[in-house]
Amino acid sequence: MLIFECPYCGIHADETELSPGGEAHLKRFGPGASDEDFEGYLFMRENPKGVHFERWRHSNGCGKWFHAARCTMTLEVFGTYKAQTFEPPQEIKDKITAKRPGWSWRTFS
Amino acid sequence: MKRYSAFAVAREALRFHSGWERAWRNPEPKKKYDVIIVGAGGHGLATAYYLGRNFGIKNVAVIEKGWLGGGNTGRNTTIIRSNYLQDPSAAIYEKARGLYETLSQDLNYNVMFSPRGVMMLAQTQHEIRGYQRTAHANALQGVATEFIAPKRVKELCPIINLDGPRYPVLGALWQPRGGTARHDAVAWGYARACSDMGMDIIQKCEVTAVHQKDGKVSGVETTKGTIECDKLGIVVAGHSGVLADMAGFRLPIESVALQALVSEPIKPCMDVVVMANTVHGYMSQSDKGEMVIGGGADGYNNYTQRGSFHHVEETVRALVETFPIISRLKMLRWWGGIVDMTGDRSPILSQTPLENCFINCGWGTGGFKAIPGSGWGMAELMAKGHSPLTEEFSMWRFKEGKFIDESVAAGVAH
Repeated sequence: MLIFECPYCGIHADETELSPGGEAHLKRFGPGASDEDFEGYLFMRENPKGVHFERWRHSNGCGKWFHAARCTMTLEVFGTYKAQTFEPPQEIKDKITAKRPGWSWRTFS
Repeated sequence: MKRYSAFAVAREALRFHSGWERAWRNPEPKKKYDVIIVGAGGHGLATAYYLGRNFGIKNVAVIEKGWLGGGNTGRNTTIIRSNYLQDPSAAIYEKARGLYETLSQDLNYNVMFSPRGVMMLAQTQHEIRGYQRTAHANALQGVATEFIAPKRVKELCPIINLDGPRYPVLGALWQPRGGTARHDAVAWGYARACSDMGMDIIQKCEVTAVHQKDGKVSGVETTKGTIECDKLGIVVAGHSGVLADMAGFRLPIESVALQALVSEPIKPCMDVVVMANTVHGYMSQSDKGEMVIGGGADGYNNYTQRGSFHHVEETVRALVETFPIISRLKMLRWWGGIVDMTGDRSPILSQTPLENCFINCGWGTGGFKAIPGSGWGMAELMAKGHSPLTEEFSMWRFKEGKFIDESVAAGVAH
């Protein structure tokens, strides 16, 4: 069972207290966007075997959305961080690099 | 290939079973094939089989990272049905169900197809309306289903509790010619028939790269060296994203864990398959007597082939109300598989941006029932470039907005 530390209320919440929210850091496209961009935003998803970034919601707790860095191969959690950002903080990236040297995810590495 | 028959069993019984031969060869890869299929699960092997049988393309290799039938083919709950709402789905699933009817004879391998009937319980007013609509759609599609009342549900499945406080049974969508089959035997039967046609099934051979030349696929790099091909079929379910990455295109797919469990074996008590979609649980009894129980998929990306504990608890908790008889059964085995989910919960059988490279994926939680139809359509697509069975399932339908929206139709995993 996954256990995340909620970056807002500090509680170590397990999976039953949380709701998964899919891929993190999606760039939103709307009216006026090209068909490719709109399709990408709605349907194309990163599906890595390894390092992955996701949105989760502490739904049965403080209710806040946050981000998590996780390995889809081992279910190891590298860390969580607040939602108000367009990319993972350096501290999280460093933690991942220490455990998965050479990792990359979209344009991040 | 020596044919299996009652006579063969009698003959071998008289000579200490010394005459049985291997069901399939275990060859080293050749340098080049006309067609390479990546993935020796049910769908991959069926694709190879119908390429040979329907189109005479027999210089084919099926490459498998693990052992054949060891992925989702060996992990599903073996349910076969075709009561879908949308026309393209009903066409391919009914094709598959029809082929299952005579598959044992076609393959000379007993796949133990058991058309015992599948019922999908309506436990809310919403489901009653939904399934009545599906029954009408099925009538137009030529799929034999009917909506039945609770009394008939109880007749067909006496162990069911009709008036549970949370989830009463208000009716059901009944497909009398749905059922189950022996999942391993489906893979083994196709593998034996493919091998007999001279195709090479290469196990323990992982694809590590896809080679291309002038925008066309030219072969694959594997742990057993480079293998060239004219056409490539990617049929790898949960690992579709990984292979698509190697071939240089993206897919609208996420891989998640789906889990199932079986109870200890008990005496025969249930001779139909029951699905309860409101509570995300379905159950049938295997020939060994185990109650086979499946649940919903996890909600996050996962490659571990393990399910999460609370999901299995939710499934069983909900089923106990409908089937009080199972409350004291012990769990015998519990396992997970990695399923490839698309946005509209319908599969992708399609050409790809890389010429001569084809993909068959996105079957999500409902792939086993489709194996023969999927292989039939995929083989036609690879041989001729188009197939009436697969044309609606293109990977470009998401850009065009031409969804085959079974997720809305079913409301849940299917």
